[in-house]
Amino acid sequence: MKASDIAALLDEPACAHNKKEKSGCARPKPGASAGGCAFDGAQIALLPIADVAHIVHGPIACAGNSWDNRGTRSSGPTLYRIGMTTDLSEQDVIMGRAEKRLFHGIKQAVEQYSPAAVFVYNTCVPALIGDDIDAVCKAAAERWSVPVVPIDCAGFYGTKNLGNRIAGEAMVKHVIGTREPEPLPPEVVPPGITVHNINLIGEYNIAGELWYLTPLFDELGIRILCTLSGDARFHEVQTMHRAEVNMLVCAKAMINVARKMEERYGIPWFEGSFYGITDTSQALREIARIIGDADLSARTEAVIAREEARVRGELEAWRPRLEGKRVLLFTGGVKSWSVVSALQDLGMNVVASGTKKSTEEDKARILELMGDNTIMLNSEGARDLLNAVYELKADILIAGGRNLYTALKARLPFLDINQEREFGYAGYDGMKELVRQLALTLESPVWDAVRRPAPWASRAMVKAGPEMGDSPDAEDAEDEQPGQGSTATVGSADFDPAHAA
Amino acid sequence: MAEIIRHPKALSVNPLKASAPAGAALAFLGINRGMPIFHGSQGCTAFAKVFFVRHFREPVPLQTTAMDQVATVMSADDNVIQALATVCGKSKPALVGLATTGLAETQGTDIARLVREFRAQHPQFDHIPVAAVNTPDFSGCLETGYAAALKGILDAAVPDTTAAGVVGKRKKQVNLLLGAHLTPGDVEAIKDWVEAFGLRPVAVPDLADSLDGHLIAEDFIPVTLGGTPVSELATLGEAAATIVIGRSLKGAADVLKARTGVPDYRFDGLMGLDACDRFTVLLSELAGIKVPERIERQRAQLQDTMVDTHFMTGLRRIGIAADPDLLHQIATLVSGMGSEVVAAVTPVKAPLLADVPAATVRVGDLDDFEALAREGGAELVISNSHALATAERLGVPLLRAGMPQYDLVGGYCKTWVGYRGTRQALFDLANLVLQNHEHITPRPSRFAVRPRDAAAAPAFATGH
Repeated sequence: MKASDIAALLDEPACAHNKKEKSGCARPKPGASAGGCAFDGAQIALLPIADVAHIVHGPIACAGNSWDNRGTRSSGPTLYRIGMTTDLSEQDVIMGRAEKRLFHGIKQAVEQYSPAAVFVYNTCVPALIGDDIDAVCKAAAERWSVPVVPIDCAGFYGTKNLGNRIAGEAMVKHVIGTREPEPLPPEVVPPGITVHNINLIGEYNIAGELWYLTPLFDELGIRILCTLSGDARFHEVQTMHRAEVNMLVCAKAMINVARKMEERYGIPWFEGSFYGITDTSQALREIARIIGDADLSARTEAVIAREEARVRGELEAWRPRLEGKRVLLFTGGVKSWSVVSALQDLGMNVVASGTKKSTEEDKARILELMGDNTIMLNSEGARDLLNAVYELKADILIAGGRNLYTALKARLPFLDINQEREFGYAGYDGMKELVRQLALTLESPVWDAVRRPAPWASRAMVKAGPEMGDSPDAEDAEDEQPGQGSTATVGSADFDPAHAA
Repeated sequence: MAEIIRHPKALSVNPLKASAPAGAALAFLGINRGMPIFHGSQGCTAFAKVFFVRHFREPVPLQTTAMDQVATVMSADDNVIQALATVCGKSKPALVGLATTGLAETQGTDIARLVREFRAQHPQFDHIPVAAVNTPDFSGCLETGYAAALKGILDAAVPDTTAAGVVGKRKKQVNLLLGAHLTPGDVEAIKDWVEAFGLRPVAVPDLADSLDGHLIAEDFIPVTLGGTPVSELATLGEAAATIVIGRSLKGAADVLKARTGVPDYRFDGLMGLDACDRFTVLLSELAGIKVPERIERQRAQLQDTMVDTHFMTGLRRIGIAADPDLLHQIATLVSGMGSEVVAAVTPVKAPLLADVPAATVRVGDLDDFEALAREGGAELVISNSHALATAERLGVPLLRAGMPQYDLVGGYCKTWVGYRGTRQALFDLANLVLQNHEHITPRPSRFAVRPRDAAAAPAFATGH
C-alpha cells in the first residue's frame, strides 16, 4: 500500500476530530509501545465472516501466534476458525516464490473447503518484498471462479485502528454491492408488518452477544441484512448496500464504511451502542426514527418499555450490591463511552476512563456522559494505571485482556471487556450477565485472602517503589500534556484526588 | 529409526508452529528482571504477548522496536537503539533480550552492529547485558528460537573462563540448560531432584522462578518476576558439571562448553523410567552419594503406576503433534508403555526426529496431523489446545501438551518429568483412556421378551 493510500484512509471527513492531531493515531515509540498492528486490526474486523477462507500471506508469526484466539462465534459455518497461512519460508522470501505460493494456497483452500470467498491478508514481509497480491487475487478469482479479496494490511502500515479501516475499505471496494439480498420467504414475514433492512457495522458477536439482540430485531420486523462482521456470511456482506440504515456499533474504526455507503448508496448512518439499557433502547429508537415508519416506531417504543421494565426488575436485586461502587474503566478506546452508560445504568460510579486510543469525539462523549469532573488517563503504562486505581480509590478495574493479569497480580477485582472475553454483555439480557460478572469479582472472598499477610509474616502487600522501574510504555514525564479544561491527568500537577472523589 | 517426511503444501492449514521470536522471548522470560524486545512491527510483539499471557495467565513483559512504514522503508536502525535506551532507562532490566523478526530480517538488519552502536551512544547502560539473536519468522519454530536465545544469553553474559582453571570451584553447583519442552512445573521438579542429592542447581533459563504463577509482594514489576539471576550466569564456569535437557540446545551447550570447559551431560528428555534412571545415576555420581531413599521410593511408585496403567496404555494408537524435543520425549514414553505412535507431526526438521519411536515423522501442520491420525486410527491425540477442534473432528480425546494451552487452567505447570512427573503423565493418559472407553453396542436378542425395557431405554429397543 502506498503512503498516500494510508494517508487517505487516515483522513476521515466524517470524523469530527479529523482536523486535529489524532491521539489515537500517534506514531509508535520504539521500546515504549503497546498494542497491535494494522494486520491485527484487519483480521479482527473480518475474521468473524464465517464462511470465508481467511488466508494470512506471510511467515508463521502472523497466523501461527494468533489464530484460534478470538471470542467471536458463528451460528453456522466454522470455516473461519480454520487457520490458513502461506507460512513463507526463507527460500520463498529470497527466491521470490511467495506470490506463487499464495496462488497455489488459494487453490488449496478452494479445493479443500469450497469457501464462499477467499480473503487474503497481506503482512509485512510480502509487502516489503513487493508481492502484488491484488494481481494474484484477481488471477485466482478468475481461475477458480470464487471471489478472492485482497486485504493489504501489513503490520507496519500502522495501528490496529488503521487495520480496521483497511478491512472496511476492502469490503467497500470489492464486496459490498455485488449481490442482491435473497428474497424473504413469505412465511417468515409477520402479517401486517413491513420488514426493514439494516446493517450493524462493527458488531463482532463476541461470545455470541449478537444473539441477545437478534430476537428483538426479529420481533420488530427488522432484518439485519449483515453485521460487519459478527456471525456474518459472505453473501450478506455483498448485499449491505440494500440497507435502509447503517448502525455503527460503538466504534469509530469502520466509520469509513458507513460514510462511503452513504455517499454511494445514500444510506443514512448513526453511531450507537448495545451496552447498557439506556443505550440499547436509544439505538433501537434511532433505527426506527431513521427508517421513518410510524408503525415501527410505535412497536419499538412498546418493546423498549416492556424490555426495560423486565430487565430493570431483574436487575433490582443486584443494584444494592453494585450501586456506588467505583469503577476505573480502561479500554482500548472504542468501548470507553459505551460501557460508561451501561455502568451508570447500574448506579456505579465511573471515576476515570482511559483515553489513550480514543478519538477526540469519543473523549467528548465521555465528558458528556461523566460530567465535568472526569478523569482521563492518557498513559498506557501499568504503573500509572495501578496508581490511578489507588488514588481514585477504585473498587474495580474494567479493561481489556492485556491488563487482566496486571490487575490480578496487584490483587484487584477485574472485568475483561475485550474480544477474548467469554461472556456477552450486549442488549438487555447482556446486562444480566454483566452484573453477574461484576458482582462475582467485586464480592469475591479471594481478595481478602490474598491481601492478608501470612500469619508468620509481619508485612502486608507492599506497593512498588520507583526503584522497581516503570514499564517502558508508561508516559514520559516531559510528554505529559497539561489537563485541558476540566480534564485532569492522574499523576500530573493539576490532578486532585479529593476533587476526583 | 523414523522416516522423516516433508510434503510441502502451498498453504499451512491449522498451524502447529509458533514463531521463532516467540520462542526467543520465552527463553528471555526465564532470566530474572529480563526484558525481551522484538525488532519488528508492533503486531509481532502484540501477538506473541497475547500468546504467552493466555497460556501462562501472567503479565508478560515484551517490548517492540515499533517499525512503522517510514522505518521499514528508510531504516529501522534508530528504532533499535532508541528501544534499547528506553527499556534500559525506564524498566531497569538486568538483561535485555533482542530478537529480530521476519520484517527486520527481510529489511536486512545487522543486529550485532546495532548493539555495538547502542553501547557507544549509551555507555551508562554498559552494566546491562544485551542478548541479540537472529530469529526471522520465516525459519524455525518456537523451539529453535528458544534455543537461539539461550545461546545468545550465554554468549552475552558468560565470561570465557577456560584458561582460569575454575572448573569445579563450586563443587556442588550443577548448571542446567533446560529446553523449551519443559514447563515451569518440570523445571521446578528437576531442581528439586538435583537438590535431593545435596547439589546446587542453576537453571538457565529458570521458568520455574519466573512463570510458575506466584503472587509477589509488589503490585507490579515491569520486567520478569523471577528467573535465573544474571549474576549467576557469571558463575557457570565454576560449576562441577552442566546437564543439558533437550537436543535442540546443542548449539547453546556447545557455547557454554567452549566458554567454560565445564563437562556436560546431555539428555533428550526426562520422561520415562530409563531417562530418569540415567539422570539419577549421574546425580549420584556427581554428588558422590548414594541415591536418597525418597528418590528410590519415587522410582518404585512409578514402576507401580506403569504396571497399573499398562492396561490403558498398551496397544493404544496415539497421535502426537509437537515441536521436536517434546514430540520425542512424549513418544518415547508412550512407546515404552506399549502404545503405538501412529501419527507424529512436528513443525520443523530436526536431527532428533530420526530417533522418534514411530515409523514416520511428518513435518507439517495440524491438518496433516488430522489426516494421519485418521488414517492410523488414532484413539487419542496429544498436542496443544489448537488441536481441540482436530480431536473433536476425529472423535477422540485430546491430552494437552506444549503451547498454547488456552483452554486449560494450569497447563503451564503440568509436571511430567522425573519419576513423579512421569507417574502423573501416566495417570493423565490412563484416565483419559478410561473416561473415553468405548462400550460394546448393546444388541439384545430379538427373542428376548422384555416389555418394560421399551419404556426404560427406547434407543436400544428400536435396534435391529
